[in-house]
Amino acid sequence: MSTQQMVMYDEEFQEINAVIERLLKEANAKVIFLVDKNGQLISGVGDTERFDTTSLASLTAGNIAATGGLAKLIGEKEFSILFHEGEKDNLHISIVGGRVILVVLFDTRSSLGLVRLRVKKCSEELSSIFGKLLQKAEDKEKRGVSDFPFAEITDDDIDNLFS
Amino acid sequence: MSFINYASREINCKIVYYGPGLCGKTTNLQYVYQRTAPGAKGKMISLATETERTLFFDFLPLALGEIRGFKTRFHLYTVPGQVFYDASRKLILKGVDGVVFVADSQEERMDANVESQDNLRINLKEQGYDLDKLPYVVQYNKRDLPNVVSIEELRKELNLTNVPEYEACATTGEGVFETLKSVAKLILIDLKKGK
Repeated sequence: MSTQQMVMYDEEFQEINAVIERLLKEANAKVIFLVDKNGQLISGVGDTERFDTTSLASLTAGNIAATGGLAKLIGEKEFSILFHEGEKDNLHISIVGGRVILVVLFDTRSSLGLVRLRVKKCSEELSSIFGKLLQKAEDKEKRGVSDFPFAEITDDDIDNLFS
Repeated sequence: MSFINYASREINCKIVYYGPGLCGKTTNLQYVYQRTAPGAKGKMISLATETERTLFFDFLPLALGEIRGFKTRFHLYTVPGQVFYDASRKLILKGVDGVVFVADSQEERMDANVESQDNLRINLKEQGYDLDKLPYVVQYNKRDLPNVVSIEELRKELNLTNVPEYEACATTGEGVFETLKSVAKLILIDLKKGK
């Protein structure tokens, strides 16, 4: 497999949520999402109920992938920040630690400048948490420790999903 | 690449439907969408042209249920089949856990099938995947049409590695769920091995 499997543990999940909760307040944003580059939603805070988060995650990843493709065509590695301006709501999308996408949705109660500033600050924190997470997964693999929930599933378990 | 979240006890996997233009990839997803209980599916997203040709991808999230207390979700994607959308196809293959190759059984589409399958292999390789090591199934679609090639012949051209294969008619739904179940099962078996 080309990249390592993404694994999220309780401890880091809490840490990540604390960081984006704080960002939500400091940037005066409505909603914040963290999305894996493959389109899987990692976490979301704020007014998430109002949005189809799964679709949002998938389209954001598609968006990042498409602009990444554009970047390569013109000789750039990637475009690390995207900004979409709407009539009321805006989206600020940025890549954190090369692997994760941070999506901030905000309206006129905030501004692009404020969001950019706050995002930049918390990106470093997030990046180090994700680095730790990756390290943790690698260490576990090296030591041969497997707390993998699927190691003991039976064929019956799988068949039951489709019954 | 599946994503395991111990905090929310979820596991997410990505399945990509690949195949030549107009072979029925989107129709497969539409049928799955129509026949899935509202609670088990999310919104289906289609990024298509005005003439309903897939432009970037279709996306359908499915929640199948729980295994050992983990919510198991599958994200179904299609690629745009038309030859000139190759750059987009490559992007969608990123992080794939399993592939369904949808072949058009009509005689005149055999060349397109073979070309698309070669393209799949090449694009996967670029992302660091080997098709022979991925959960992979083949679907022979449009079996209801009059000018179809025999299964033996399709197999000879498109299933040399002898992976699970299904006859289908995506418009009526025949073979659609069998194909999906088969690839999902292969993915879970792969996960079980801890790959």
